[in-house]
Amino acid sequence: MDNSRSNSFLRSREGVLTVVALAVLLAAPLVAQAAGQTYFISLASRVAILALAGVGLNLALGSGGMISFGHAAFFGLGGYVAGAMVFHAQEGGQFLGLLAGTQQALLSWPLALAVAGIAALFIGVISLRTSGVYFIMITLAFAQMFYYLALSFPTYGGEDGMTLYERSTLGGLSVSGDLPFFFVCFGVLLLALLLCSRLTGSRFGAALMTARQNETRLATVGINPFPVKLTGFVISAMITALAGVLLVEQNGFASPSLLSWHRSGEIMIFVILGGVGRLIGPVLGAAVFILLETVIGGYTDRWQLVLGLVLLGIVLFARGGLVGLLAGRARHD
Amino acid sequence: MSAAFLLEQLLNGVQFGVMLFLMSAGLTLVFGVMGLINLAHGSLYMVGAFVCAWVSGATGSFWLGLPAGLAAAAAAGAAVEILVMRRLYDRDHLDQVLATFSLILIFSEGTRWIFGNQPLYLNIPPLLSGVIPLPGDGGYPLYRVAIIAVGIVVAIGLYLLISRTRLGMQIRAGEADREMIGALGVDIKTLYTVVFALGAMLAGAAGALVGALQSVQVGMGESVLILAFVVIVIGGIGSIKGALVAALLVGLVDTLGRAFLPRLLTLVMPASDAGTTGSALASMAIYLVMAAILAWRPKGLFPAHG
Repeated sequence: MDNSRSNSFLRSREGVLTVVALAVLLAAPLVAQAAGQTYFISLASRVAILALAGVGLNLALGSGGMISFGHAAFFGLGGYVAGAMVFHAQEGGQFLGLLAGTQQALLSWPLALAVAGIAALFIGVISLRTSGVYFIMITLAFAQMFYYLALSFPTYGGEDGMTLYERSTLGGLSVSGDLPFFFVCFGVLLLALLLCSRLTGSRFGAALMTARQNETRLATVGINPFPVKLTGFVISAMITALAGVLLVEQNGFASPSLLSWHRSGEIMIFVILGGVGRLIGPVLGAAVFILLETVIGGYTDRWQLVLGLVLLGIVLFARGGLVGLLAGRARHD
Repeated sequence: MSAAFLLEQLLNGVQFGVMLFLMSAGLTLVFGVMGLINLAHGSLYMVGAFVCAWVSGATGSFWLGLPAGLAAAAAAGAAVEILVMRRLYDRDHLDQVLATFSLILIFSEGTRWIFGNQPLYLNIPPLLSGVIPLPGDGGYPLYRVAIIAVGIVVAIGLYLLISRTRLGMQIRAGEADREMIGALGVDIKTLYTVVFALGAMLAGAAGALVGALQSVQVGMGESVLILAFVVIVIGGIGSIKGALVAALLVGLVDTLGRAFLPRLLTLVMPASDAGTTGSALASMAIYLVMAAILAWRPKGLFPAHG
């Protein structure tokens, strides 16, 4: 049953689009390496990382209907925790006075995810009391609190942020090269996509999607919507936090801008642009957004104007985002 | 800490609250009547400020700049409504977020193109540049008092407009049931354009008035936009009364927090830590208030629809 379903997904237009998009993303840095254009390798890593952030948000927003305008909180929290561990490994001192620093990603990354997960649990418990626009704004409010916290936290550089001189090592592997680091990002993205597709196909996923469509109906069949949505929200936050971790590792820099509301908006744009609730949507959204930014930015300083017009055109005339445009609308919407 | 300082900070808080009210009145109206999330509301604020500063600079008169700023913001609002928003009313909130986010990019870059990268400066008109004496030996700028007065006049005007005029009746009916007032022969399209332009004009007024207190630059609308959203959510979306109460609350909490929290904390911790902790807490204060209010009343203080 499960097997035949995944086969039919792969044969659908959306399935083909998914495979092609991932293949292109994987091939691009290899071609760039062969052509000696190493800049494009880090660009591809950036696409994979921001797509991962979008994949996280898409679980809450697309599947669960929880429009979070505060996912930058988790993105930044993940980045700051992982960054802080490397920072303490370099400079001494302890994280929150408890843990010594480490450059071992297998220790620091799970810690970052755990911290973000706990934060998401706390934020989710309060925020999920509200719905609609109130939910959008209360998640924003929490993200702003974390933003101002980071802004005034002198240990980690406050407004100036903190610079990290070395990437973490993954087990015994060094990922300091551009290409190995891209493979890590791509692998994590692939795992997250796999997780999301398994989740949405599971009993839990069915409950989550029903919670979006009709909470009363879900309650009537004996499932309390609140824990379902809360679980979805926490998993979503942790995936986005992992993207924050990777971005800080890539740039060797963590600053409050990781947590700004622009970041939340940008992640949301990736999801909407790609197609809300579609598996590959955030990947296409992030790729197209970053490519537009880079390509138009190469031609004119006024790239924001052109980008704005292009985005406006897409939202007005291509309903259902890029996936909707390329593979048709989702069946149940 | 003198009584005059406290009074000065209270007035600053009220003035900031009034400015936020001008911003959020339009936002909450557009939201309540049309169900539209407009992230570009801050851009209309920016348009009002830029046109007012530029016309004032070119003609030398603030009193020509102010109406020009209002007219430009209203015109920009009407144009945006006719060209873009009209297509978004039956879409979900997400499409509206993406579209109005695009409008922010277009407005910001367009403004930079027209007016250049340098901020503009707007002088307080001579008529309002005096100081009002406060008890004790302090004084308070007349211009800020004038902003407070404008806010009070606008609040009363909006109340009368919405509760006593034909247009207000149509706006209230539009909030309740848009198909029905269409069926009764009201031209909804024009009504929506008028409401949107009215909201835009109020945002433009806020921008133009604040332009004389700070520099007029691209991006000035964004921090205010977030605060305006905080205000309408605390107040209850669609409620002008809620927006007024919440705007004053946010204005006072923010201003007084910044003025007094660092001092209060010196009572319980060393002075060096109190400064940074205090300013961090002060920045977070309005968001803490908002989260607390929403946890307590998930639909804001004055829910407009039941």
